[in-house]
Amino acid sequence: MEFTEEQINRYSRHILLPEVGGKGQKKIAKAKILLVGAGGLGSPAALYLAAAGVGTIGLIDSDVVDLTNLQRQILHHTSDIGRPKVVSGKEKIAALNPDVIVKTYEERLTAGNALKIFSEYDIIIDGVDNFTAKFLINDACFFADKPLIHGGILRFDGRVTTIVPKKSACYRCVFKTPPPAGLVASCQEAGVIGVLAGIIGTIQATEALKLILGIGRPLTDRLLDFDAKKTLFREIKVKRNPHCALCGDHPTITELFDDGDPFAGCAVRP
Amino acid sequence: MQVKVNGKSEDIQSGSVLDLLTLKKIDPQMVAVEVNDKMIDREHLATTTLKEGDLVEFLFYMGGGR
Repeated sequence: MEFTEEQINRYSRHILLPEVGGKGQKKIAKAKILLVGAGGLGSPAALYLAAAGVGTIGLIDSDVVDLTNLQRQILHHTSDIGRPKVVSGKEKIAALNPDVIVKTYEERLTAGNALKIFSEYDIIIDGVDNFTAKFLINDACFFADKPLIHGGILRFDGRVTTIVPKKSACYRCVFKTPPPAGLVASCQEAGVIGVLAGIIGTIQATEALKLILGIGRPLTDRLLDFDAKKTLFREIKVKRNPHCALCGDHPTITELFDDGDPFAGCAVRP
Repeated sequence: MQVKVNGKSEDIQSGSVLDLLTLKKIDPQMVAVEVNDKMIDREHLATTTLKEGDLVEFLFYMGGGR
């Protein structure tokens, strides 16, 4: 593929970077990235990846835009209230960069559809708000052998990590199972400072671009935790766990399943 | 004795990881625990004794995203 003059202009600030260049920009143009969740984390990730010229962006989300989403889900506007998030998201991406092919899935990610959908993409970005889905995404990335950029936000705290299945620690290596449903507060109860979605979602997009370009050091085997109140990032080293039920030496999870209560909330800090 | 809990130095009584969780009123089911970069299985929290200078990480679940 060759870039048009307009595309060369559009991506000129990328192409100027020795680490990217025309060759790297072509890698970006060929990349296929799936955003699971077109909400808080998915919004900034979708916008920056679209601006960057990612060839194909998949959006999977079964929700419609709600007034309470707009405080942080910048992919959606006030006029989108009541419309499917994937439809609203596709429009914004197309308006920002018509080069991008957007595929939409107006459905929940389940053990039944995850592997089929994941198989069409190079990288998966976690932008979901419940543990069943977070564990499902982790497991599906393992079985589909797709790199995962995991993210989580709650109140004033955020976390991001990159998982390359069979090479780096997976989510289950650290958190074996979802927390007990009864101990978990719902996201609605817990609240979140809206800008946190922008910070964590944008780091997720950065990690995805690094993987596409094959540059730098990926955020693997490290949890990057962000404390917005202190404006402090902390890195916690993690390792593959030989006892991991999914990617350990003697796995007990051999197929996809929905782990925990999908309606249990986003949990947490005592 | 001195240990570091989530990067912060703390002066604690000697005891197990579970003792420290109990002291901090943290339900063991709500955290993953790492001591000196090694994950500690939940069933080993009571038998893992903390030593001077240990680096303890209590990793809380962070589930939001939408």
